Amino acid sequence: MLETEAIIQPRTAISPVIPAIEFRDVELAFDDRVILDGINFTVRRGETKIVLGGSGSGKSTIIKLILGLLRADAGTILVDGEDITNADEQELTEMRKKIGMVFQEGALFDSLSVYDNVAYRLAEEGIDDDEIEHEVIRMLRFVDLEDAIDKMPIELSGGMRRRVGIARALVGSPSMVLFDEPTAGLDPPTARTICELAIKLRDLEGVSSIFVTHEMNNLRYLSSEYAIVDGEGRVFFEEEGDKLCLINTKVMMIKQGNIIFDGTDEELKLSNDPYIHRFITGR
Amino acid sequence: MNSLSRFLVELQDISFLFWRMLRGLRKQPRYFDEMIRQMDSIGVGSLAIVSLTGFFTGSVLILQAYPTLEYYGAQSSAGQSVAITLIRELGPVLCALMVAGRVGSAISAELGSMVVSQQIDAMRALGTSPARKLVTPRVIALVVTLPLLTVAADVFGLIGGGIIARYLYALDANTYITSLRAGITIQDIIGGIIKPIVFGFIIGLISCHKGLTTQGGTVGVGKSTTDAVVLSSITVIIADFFLSKVLQGFFGNTLF
Repeated sequence: MLETEAIIQPRTAISPVIPAIEFRDVELAFDDRVILDGINFTVRRGETKIVLGGSGSGKSTIIKLILGLLRADAGTILVDGEDITNADEQELTEMRKKIGMVFQEGALFDSLSVYDNVAYRLAEEGIDDDEIEHEVIRMLRFVDLEDAIDKMPIELSGGMRRRVGIARALVGSPSMVLFDEPTAGLDPPTARTICELAIKLRDLEGVSSIFVTHEMNNLRYLSSEYAIVDGEGRVFFEEEGDKLCLINTKVMMIKQGNIIFDGTDEELKLSNDPYIHRFITGR
Repeated sequence: MNSLSRFLVELQDISFLFWRMLRGLRKQPRYFDEMIRQMDSIGVGSLAIVSLTGFFTGSVLILQAYPTLEYYGAQSSAGQSVAITLIRELGPVLCALMVAGRVGSAISAELGSMVVSQQIDAMRALGTSPARKLVTPRVIALVVTLPLLTVAADVFGLIGGGIIARYLYALDANTYITSLRAGITIQDIIGGIIKPIVFGFIIGLISCHKGLTTQGGTVGVGKSTTDAVVLSSITVIIADFFLSKVLQGFFGNTLF
């Protein structure tokens, strides 16, 4: 069992009506190739949206649009109720402070140690060294990698790199975290650890997130398990049953730039769409 | 997109990068530590190859020119001939070409790998401008160190020329030095320093641009590295011609 402490600091109350992320008729094309064809969806506060879809379906593009790393051709993107579609780089930089991003391969800076990678955002903001050290250690403890603090990224395994990536994304207490296929290429137990971190963020910290994946195991863990803390601060993961159903996790499936499903995991399993059926069962 | 459109788009992108780099100098944080690190890696790291290039270029200039000078009885102008050629043209251009090969390729490969492994995206996601953090220190380091490297190449070239003149053609050392001093004007030196400053901008901006626009995985890194070296080398040679013309206009035809 993992020990935990509050990762996200209490923040000023924001109206729960405003969704964390909202897409309205967003379109994107590279030359003649349509990537997103007028998609609409919302991620509510504290909700985890699992985005499923085959390779090249436009899943990762959604994340890049939210961060402003790509610009939409048409439509509106709202983050925390603010329209970021035409925001300039300065406004985007401010907006990005609210968002943590976990990249597919970790995307750690090769030339920096684990400590410097995790400390990066705070160091850039000119925060005091002692405060940075405290925060970095707290984050590395959250991902259970305190021992790797002085290592270089090249010395880490794939799973450890992703976990450092998660620690780096969580520094600065973002209210939203975007996961871009964080378990791709990892062995099942390590992939499970990554999912547990996402569940902890969702259930214990109230973080809104988008979890892009094409692995059904991730879907199963995230949509059927929840995290609780006992009196001694230890974290447990329990499965939802007949009496309890998770309402803070939704699933969305994308195919060729269109959303072909948006709902709960139970509804997904009952879908008659042949593509969805094939995606879930592999047959 | 045809070739002309592609060229214009690239030119526009490089101009934007230049603008963002300049803005990076104005705003905090300025990454002085990174600038010093880059100056060490670019400047000190290139000193050996640049000095060797200068030394043998000066040597071969005397090797080739001396028999002709001797034919016309102008051996005493040997120092002047090597000094003018080296300081005005060969020093800045050869030095820039060597640095484009060594540093331009390294910059482009490093930034290209960062693009491919999503480190650039991560940097932007973490609220840092890659132009300010990566491009500005590298370009400034090149602009500061390239003139210094050129001076080193010039000095070693003059020494190389002197050694060949003295030991291969038995020219009196004093004659060589006197001819050097008479041949070099302050305008030559100023022109020889202005050129590498411009070349530093060219190599830095093209290499950073090529690196940051890498596409297509590791193959793309190889391609952008090659493009960076080829494009910056050609641009240096073309810019040298126009710079020489401009400097001629400034300092008078006889000097440039």
